[in-house]
Amino acid sequence: MRLYALAVYAFLYLPIAIIALFSFSAGRSAASLQGFSVHWYHKALHNPFVLEALWTSVRVAFLSALLATIAGTLASLALTGMRGRVRAIFDTLVQVAVMIPGIVIGIATLIALVSVFDLVNPWLEPLTGLKLSLGTGSLVAAHGLFTMSLVILLVRGRMESLDPALIEASGDLGATPVATFFQVTLPQILPAIMAGFLLAFTFSFDDFIIAFFVAGSDTTLPIYIFSSIRRGVTPEINAIGTMVMGASLTILIVAQVMLRRSQAQPRP
Amino acid sequence: MTKEPLSTDATTQVRAGDTIAEFVSTSKQYGAVLAADRLSLRIRRGEFLSFLGPSGCGKTTALRMLAGFESPTDGGVLIDRKDVSKVPAYKRPVNMVFQQYALFPHMTVAQNVGYGLRQQRPRMPKAEIAAKVQKALATVRLEAFGPRRIWEMSGGQQQRVALARAIVNEPKILLLDEPMAALDAKLRSEMQHELLALQRSLGITFVLVTHDQEEALAMSDRICIMGKGRIAQVGTPQDLYDRPRSRYVADFVGKANILEAQLTRVQGDTGTATLANGIAVHPQVFAGDTAPRKAEIAIRPEVLSLAAAGAPLPEGTAALPARITHRTFLGDHTEYLLVAEGIGPLQVNVPRQAERVLGGHDVEAMVQILWPAGTGLVLAAEATTA
Ligand SMILES: Nc1ncnc2c1ncn2[C@@H]1O[C@H](COP(=O)(O)OP(=O)(O)OP(=O)(O)O)[C@@H](O)[C@H]1O
Ligand SMILES: [Mg+2]
Repeated sequence: MRLYALAVYAFLYLPIAIIALFSFSAGRSAASLQGFSVHWYHKALHNPFVLEALWTSVRVAFLSALLATIAGTLASLALTGMRGRVRAIFDTLVQVAVMIPGIVIGIATLIALVSVFDLVNPWLEPLTGLKLSLGTGSLVAAHGLFTMSLVILLVRGRMESLDPALIEASGDLGATPVATFFQVTLPQILPAIMAGFLLAFTFSFDDFIIAFFVAGSDTTLPIYIFSSIRRGVTPEINAIGTMVMGASLTILIVAQVMLRRSQAQPRP
Repeated sequence: MTKEPLSTDATTQVRAGDTIAEFVSTSKQYGAVLAADRLSLRIRRGEFLSFLGPSGCGKTTALRMLAGFESPTDGGVLIDRKDVSKVPAYKRPVNMVFQQYALFPHMTVAQNVGYGLRQQRPRMPKAEIAAKVQKALATVRLEAFGPRRIWEMSGGQQQRVALARAIVNEPKILLLDEPMAALDAKLRSEMQHELLALQRSLGITFVLVTHDQEEALAMSDRICIMGKGRIAQVGTPQDLYDRPRSRYVADFVGKANILEAQLTRVQGDTGTATLANGIAVHPQVFAGDTAPRKAEIAIRPEVLSLAAAGAPLPEGTAALPARITHRTFLGDHTEYLLVAEGIGPLQVNVPRQAERVLGGHDVEAMVQILWPAGTGLVLAAEATTA
């Protein structure tokens, strides 16, 4: 049984470990180890195309995570105030949304956006000279929409375990509903909100499929990696991949710790 | 909107006895459940009042309508002669100690206690808050615990924090919803004494919800007994024990034998009634009662006594022949269960001292139950039919 588990883990993580290992190779081949150097990291970090793609990815990830966190938190608060039936329907819809494959969301969002652009642009352009098109905006929208359901899942879970007597006690002690929100509700759900933000950020940062459909002429890091691979895998790609993975893993672990904290908090 | 603190200066000294809060035919309907049914009750300034009743009778509902968490579906709630039915909790000059304490887990003990003071507008100076918090912590003997986290406190300590957090605001009324339910028996009786001492020294009106009869008897100036969303009777503990108006109250406070009888005559505050076995007794009656009517008589087990069959009777005492079915020795008294001829099961408690002098009785022995004139109580007519 233990051997079996080891085999599964090896199958999952060995390829990743090998990529990380090969990224330190000094040679030109991406599929073997020849000496040790950080040469390819240096090269990647001085490649203007990589840097631009990285900047796009970070910007999109940050903005979409911000959008998802704010909208998701507000939605969670509204859901908590709702009556049983309506709430159950929305909760289910959110859970389903998380499971929809990225490719479906990608295509659906693309079609939706293009239809909206077709509808709006003929009116907008003559009036303002502006024209809506695919790009950072559509990336933020698509990622924000999808990751919002992640945030809702996390924040709703935390709200459910919140003792309603705490809210009443705050009111009893003279706090207005707004003061209660900022002094009691928010501190209680903040770890879940921050974990939601980090998850949303990582998702957007790593996402290729949805981005591929709606990025337009913009290039995110995953899209850059994909298009480079078509020109052949180099140790530089390995280095970039390793860095993306390192960053994502770090953020995910931080998010996990936050969630644990918020759940393991001793209750009176 | 700030909470007005209870004034303590000499010019507005509390006038003990006047009304601080009032239920005016207050009802609360939850869907099909009528949790409070036309409650009418005046709460006196400075008193310790308990709501007592079995689970689900509406005690918490009544308390929550005072606190402002629920608004009545009919009737009103007055605090200081102002109708507060539509006033939200955060604008009411009352504070509550919650059953599970509801302390804020992300704050220290001192931050919890100072929470109410920090909500006041205009803002109270920090130094003043700190001083008041320290004083409140001292009142509940937790001076040194201010910087602790909530989960570092024991159950009893948490309860005292909850108490301090409420009284630091000097509320007009302190509401307590079964505050002792989560404590073990020893701690509970300690807290009862502390709570009473606190109430006496602060002079704040306390309203306590409990389903523990002993707790209510030990602590309250007055008890409001509830059943099925209604107020059954309000009175001092002694009043409720000695003069229960209904079978429900007689059963709920202490033990009582209830006997069917025909009330044949009423003379002042005593009456003459014929029991089912034909024997006449002379119980007390409520003012205004009229004969003849069918009636129920309540009599406490310790009021009755036992004598051997055939023993001579004291003047004016009725004797019911009976057979002993159970005898339980309980230290300071012995509990006898008997079957009285033509009446049915009755309980008689004999003090240990009386048994030492007069001797005990054996199970299966035929004895006489002695019923002195002027004891027992004819339950109120309206309560019998209700
Ligand atoms: N929020 C609510 N929604 C629906 N019904 C309720 C609600 N709160 C109370 N009830 C019902 O109202 C009735 C009275 O409840 P309440 O909590 O006042 O009882 P209680 O006397 O405090 O009982 P306990 O000793 O068990 O705490 C019960 O039948 C209860 O089921
Ligand atoms: Mg209750």
